[in-house]
Order: sequence, then C-alpha cells, then structure tokens
Amino acid sequence: MRLKLKVWRQKNASSEGRLVDYNLEGVSEDSSFLEMLDLLNQQLIDRNEEPVHFDYDCREGICGMCGVMINGVAHGPKASVTTCQLHMREFKDGDSITVEPWRAQAFPVLKDLMVDRSAFDRIVQSGGYISVNTGQAPDANVIPVPKAQADQAMDAAACIGCGACVAACPNSSAMLFTSAKLAHLNSLPQGQAERFDRAVLMVHQMDAEGFGGCTNLGECEAVCPKEISLDFIAMMNRDLLRANFAGKGKR
Amino acid sequence: MSATETAIKTQIPTFVEATLDGRVPSGPVQTLWERTKFEMKLVNPTNRRRFKIIVVGSGLAGGAAAATLGEQGYAVECYAYQDSPRRAHSVAAQGGINAAKNYRNDGDSTYRLFYDTVKGGDFRAREANVYRLAEVSNSIIDQCVAQGVPFAREYGGMLDNRSFGGAQVARTFYARGQTGQQLLLGAYQALSRQIAAGTVQMFTRTEMLDLIVVDGRARGIVVRDMRTGEITPRMADVVVLATGGYSNAFYLSTNAKGCNSTAIWRAHKRGAYFANPCYTQIHPTCIPPVGEHQSKLTLMSESLRNDGRIWVPQQPGDHRPADQIPESERYYYLEEMYPSFGNLSPRDISSRAAKRMVDSGRGIGPLRNGVYLDFADSIHRLGERVIRERYGNLFNMYENITGENAYKTPMRIYPAPHYTMGGLWVDYYLMSNIPGLFVIGEANFSDHGANRLGASALMQGLADGYFVLPATLPSYLASTRLAKVDETADSVKEAVANVQGITQRLLHTRGTQSVDHYHRELGKLVWEYCGMSRTEAGLEKAIRLIPELEAEFWENVRVTGTANELNQELEKAGRLVDYFELGRLMCIDALNRNESCGGHFREEYQTSDGEALRDDGGYAYVGAWQYTGEGALPLLHKEPLHFETVKLATRSYK
Repeated sequence: MRLKLKVWRQKNASSEGRLVDYNLEGVSEDSSFLEMLDLLNQQLIDRNEEPVHFDYDCREGICGMCGVMINGVAHGPKASVTTCQLHMREFKDGDSITVEPWRAQAFPVLKDLMVDRSAFDRIVQSGGYISVNTGQAPDANVIPVPKAQADQAMDAAACIGCGACVAACPNSSAMLFTSAKLAHLNSLPQGQAERFDRAVLMVHQMDAEGFGGCTNLGECEAVCPKEISLDFIAMMNRDLLRANFAGKGKR
Repeated sequence: MSATETAIKTQIPTFVEATLDGRVPSGPVQTLWERTKFEMKLVNPTNRRRFKIIVVGSGLAGGAAAATLGEQGYAVECYAYQDSPRRAHSVAAQGGINAAKNYRNDGDSTYRLFYDTVKGGDFRAREANVYRLAEVSNSIIDQCVAQGVPFAREYGGMLDNRSFGGAQVARTFYARGQTGQQLLLGAYQALSRQIAAGTVQMFTRTEMLDLIVVDGRARGIVVRDMRTGEITPRMADVVVLATGGYSNAFYLSTNAKGCNSTAIWRAHKRGAYFANPCYTQIHPTCIPPVGEHQSKLTLMSESLRNDGRIWVPQQPGDHRPADQIPESERYYYLEEMYPSFGNLSPRDISSRAAKRMVDSGRGIGPLRNGVYLDFADSIHRLGERVIRERYGNLFNMYENITGENAYKTPMRIYPAPHYTMGGLWVDYYLMSNIPGLFVIGEANFSDHGANRLGASALMQGLADGYFVLPATLPSYLASTRLAKVDETADSVKEAVANVQGITQRLLHTRGTQSVDHYHRELGKLVWEYCGMSRTEAGLEKAIRLIPELEAEFWENVRVTGTANELNQELEKAGRLVDYFELGRLMCIDALNRNESCGGHFREEYQTSDGEALRDDGGYAYVGAWQYTGEGALPLLHKEPLHFETVKLATRSYK
C-alpha cells in the first residue's frame, strides 16, 4: 500500500520541530505500524538522510516503550493496542497519516518522536511500592487474598506506563497512571499498612511533575492499550480524601 | 573440501588442558548452600555504604540484585539502556515461574524440581547450582507475594498453579499471561524504593560499552549516555552484569529489539570466558514469520500447550484449510511420539519435532511454515469463557498480529529463537574468571544446561538477584583488599579510548548499506547453520562466511548522524559489531561439540528415531572459551561436570 505521511521531526530537546511530508510506497498490510516506520527509515538511510527516531523495544505490546500520536490519537485508531501492535491492515491504500510525539509539559521531546517519561518513575519512587526488604516474607499462602481482590489488583497492575493516558488528556493529567499503581497495591492486604500515605505521596509527586488535573473526560481510558478503568481514579480520590482527613503522607 | 575448510577444521579447537574449577564446595548438594552461606564472610553493616557496586541491567536479575544490595546498605549504581528500569525484557515473559511449593500436593519437592531441571537441561548443568536454584525457588514466591505481585488465586484465596513443559506436576505460579511483567514490576518497585532512599543511583538510557579491568580485577565500566553521546568511565569495587541473552544474534527472535550482547561480549574481550555459546533455545510456540518487513517474532506462551493440541495434516502437501481436514487425517505428532508428556514435551524436543513436520512437507499456513495449535477440544470441553479467562490476552495479541481469531481457527505456530542458555562462565558464587566481575540471570551460563525448561528463566533471574548474589558478593568484598583506583589509571583511559575508537570507526565508514541490512544477513547465516539443527559442513561454512560478512560491514556500512547526539543507528551498529564475533563463536562451539544435547542438535549425532544422541564420555563438560584477539581462534577451557546426585541417563519423554 501507499501512504502519505506527515512526521514530526525535531533535532533535539532545545530545537524547534516541524511536520515533514513523506510519500511511502510498498507497505505490507501485515506489517506493524513500527515496521512501517522501519521501512520509511530504510528509505531515508538509502537517501543518506537521518532516520526518524522513535522509541520501541519489545514490539509485543508489553514493555510500554513505544507510543506515538497517530492522526491525533494516542496509539492510533484501534482500541486496546500499543503502537507496535497496531498493524497496517487497519489503514487503507492512499491514507494520510500524521505521526507526532506525546505532547505534555511533563514529557519533554528528546528527538523526533521520542519523549522523556522519567516523571512516571519519580511518581513510583515517591511511594508506589510495598516496603518489604528481601528475605522478610512469610509463606506466600499465609494471607489468603480473595480472587476478586486479586483480580482487581491485577487489572490495575496491567498498566505498562506508556504515557498514552497523559498524551490523550487535554489537561495532560497522569491520574490514570497514578491511580492504577495505587489501586494495584491498595487492593491487596499486603498494601494496607501504607495505603493512605502512599496515596498522598504519589499524588503530591504527580502534581510536582507538572501533570494537570482530571476533569473526567475519559480520553485516557479510551486510548489505554491495557484498558485500565477510570474507576481507579475514583478509588484514588476516595483514598486521598480519607488520607487528608487523617493527616497522612507526612513521612 | 577446499583448502580453507581443511585449515579451519585442523585449527579448531585449540584445547587448553588445564581444567576449569567451578569452586563448588564439597559435600552433599542438599546441605551445600546452607553451609556455604554460613561459611562465607560478611561485611559489617556500617562498612557497606563505602563499597560501590555497579549493576548493569534492570530486569529480574539486575533489578532484584540492585534493590537487595541497596537494602543491605551498599552504594549501588544501576544502568539500563531503556528509558525506565520497568521496561527490561523480563517484562515480556508470559507463562509463569516455577517453585517447589507443592501446594497442589501432587508429589513436588525441592529434589523433584532439581531433578527435572538437571534432566531437562540434558545433563549439561552444574548439579550444585541447580539444587540451590530449586532450594530458593520457594522464597522467591514468598518475596513476590509480599511485594504485592498479583499472582492468580483460587476462590479460597490461595495461590493457583498450572503445569509447564518437562514436568508432571503443577508447580508454575502465574499472573494471567503477564507473569514476567508483574514480577518485574515487583522488582522495579523494590528498586524504586531504594532509589528514593538514596542507596541506588539509577542511570537510564545509558549503555555499557566496555569493562574496566585494573590489576586483574573488574573495577568499573565505560558508559555512553544515549541522549547526549557522552562517554564516561564509572569506577566501582565490583561490577555485576545482568544484561540478558544473545538471541538477537539470529536477528529475528522473540527478544526485544534492544536486547544485546555488548556488555557480556566486551567483558569477554577483556578476559571473561564465554561458556557454551552454542546452547540456544528455540521456543516451539511463536507466530511464524510473514515477510521481509518482519522486525521480530512474537512468542505465544508455552502455557497454551496446557489446553491446545498440536497437529499437522497427515499427508504431506495437504493444503486444505484446517476445518476441512477430518480428524482421521490429522497427525497429533507430539501426542503420538511422546505419549507421557504429549503437548507438554520440553521445548527442544517440541521444536525439533515441528521442524521435522515442516521439512517433511506438512507445514501449514500461507508460507507452509507452521504447525497448528488447536483449542477446539478445550473450548468444547470447558467453554470459550474459561479459555478466554486463561489466555484472553494471548488470543487478542494473536489476532492483532495475524488478523485471525484463534477461538474459531487454530493458531499457527513455529519455533523461534527465544533464550540463550550459554553466557559468561561463572563459578558457584556467580563470579566470572575475572575477580570482581559477577554475572547473573540469562547473561551467565549456569543453571539450565543445554535446554531450559519453561517457567525456569524467571525463577533463575530472581534467585540470582534476590538470594544468591546478595549472599556471595559480600563475601568477595570482605575477603579482598581492593586498592584505590581512579579515572586517571592507564587501563581506564585505554578503555575509554577503545569505546571512542569503535564509535569513530563506525561513523567514518560511510558506506551504502544500513545496519539493519547487515544484521538481517548475519541472522540468516546464524539461523541457517547454527539454528535448530547443525552439521559439521554447515558450521564450517558459517565460520568462514560470518567474518566475510563482518569485513564487508566494515567496508560498506552506513551509520547516519554523529557521535554526540541521540543516534539509534550508532547504537544498533555497535551492538551488531559484537554479534558478528559472537555468532562466529557460537558456530565454533557447536562445531567443537560432537554430540547432540538439549538445544544443540548435530545431525550427525542422533538415534535411529531422530532423538538427540549425547556423548557423556567426551562432552560432559562446560566449554568455556577465552578470547585471544581479533579474528584469532579462541582457547577452550573445560569444566568437567560430575553427576553425583542425579544419575546420567538418556532423557526420555516417551
């Protein structure tokens, strides 16, 4: 198939970027979106031009490294997939496709389609864990975890930290990401001891990183490749309210 | 035979007769680890922060090790090439993690897990290491649950288990089809806690490009900041490599695109022995390739074999769609050939059987390059809902990639490079032959022998990272007087200059072909001659062709961009340089090993019914290769393997 591409090119973090037009031919509909970009890069290298830089690693939808805006939609037109798992059979011969990086103040562009998502790591570092040193654990079956609770924790823990939720949100809010980590740990008996401190600390860090607030638009849930539910944001807000009343998060 | 071929044959291998010592303490394996832990020296808690430990890699092994050493109070630096430690390729493991908990009361025990692993590895692993692995397996599950890893549960709240290839008990713990992700997030969260506590300093988008050896000891690494291109030495008291395997030598594999052998290979060039490079695992259940644009292969978890039946048409050349082939004309070859293990036969055996089916003209799919994995019986027996619950995400992934609905038509699968059992040689304490250089996880060679059983990689990565290394590494620190070194030492300057030299050479070649072009060509050679089955003639050919391709690469590669910026082409080129040399060593090792064992199948050595024929008299040893210079033949060191607890026997799954 033939495609008309508009791709964001930006030399580095401090330079200006712009959309550049490329005509691409010979795209297989069995190829993934990233393999389509590989083909573009192969042709750019053949012409001795610099290839388009984009993040990728596992190319099977689990590492969370890839992600671009495709015609204005994070991870493109197909629901519940990452960019690497989007395949070209979702497009038609002759389509125009605009490819841009995630846009958010807290995710500065590094080069072309690559952004810096280290803000997510710092949110987890602020409290997204259960404080247990290696070697302190009792037998794994000592605390039964009802299946429904374990399943809910797993639903939340499925987040891959790709940042599509932030990119899709008009406010660049990271609430879906933050609430997913909170819901994962706060749904489990092991996570109760630090539950309310965790909520306060992570939300505080999220704000400090420059992410916006949530206005319940639901764009994040719509683009999430792992179908993380908006309900977790409600759960986070409830925990935050209780935590604030109890004066938590001051460690 | 041509003159060059004869020359290669007479030159390979050059043996070094002195045997290599794995430093396994004496005594029965059952009590060895407990006793060793007591006998090893400790570092006083107040002294620990004075020791700097570098951990390269942030996957299950590296992430767990960095977190645990940080908890103990050491000053740790952890390096990852990805933008976050949470993205290490351990994240992609689907199926599960083994442990000898015997929660099912189906006859499991530490001894049985040990026995299965030694047998599964085709008697080419070190007994003492494997026993220790089985022994700590239970602590791993405890630790992960305490961290909040959401393992699958039964309605009563207890942990659920399933079975995996090569075992007749259900000992595999899992978190849907995302076990690796959840275990990695557990380690990542523990690591994040230490980063916040200040014990671990994390460097992302930073790649190790050389090992610094001072006075015979590993004392640091040279890294490149992938954002700016800046090359700097980082000094330490100990270096730990946890950088995974080298399946990308095949170009197409199930590994992440960024997975590379650069850290272990450059350590090898600094003197670390590379053990059993020919032991590579070709995983039986991956989606078959579809065309030239293919950039990687995708694995479908082995757990699918619990409920899927593998078959091909009975008649070669039968190209009817699956639903038009009647039951009586289907060949369920694994069930027929290996009745006691059936569809859950070990990976090496299942992969070779699939190759035999395709080679015999029974391949299915548009390119006739696959076999069916059929869920119709299970869906009929259990209902689609149950199958969806167990494997829903895998079926979705299959549909995204192939456009086919596996609830309606059988999946198409074919073997693909997946895991490498070989790696840097380590002793019982996980230290390489370079003092101060430790190697853990897939990057070392130690526990899986010639074939790894399913759900054992996660177990080994976490065993090394949480429990083994944090016990053995301090003993090295406590028993060694480490001189003070700084960045002005000659060997530091030399290592930095070496890295800069490689970068400049790549950028100045200014040829016409892309890095990917050469990687693809290399992959074809390694797959063709050192893949699922190998012959003497093929290996000799590859040993000649790979350096030729490498020479052409250095003449004609085009690496765009400059050194001092974010440059993905330069990153890929640097990794490929190492794969050329490693690919050649894989072939040399495969040529040396005149037997078939596990993932290493030499066509000359097979039984009358096509099974691997081991030669325990000649080859019950670890082959550890020493680098001797560019293009030169490596030297072979042998570590004899002794089987005192498990009797050497022919592996049978019939």
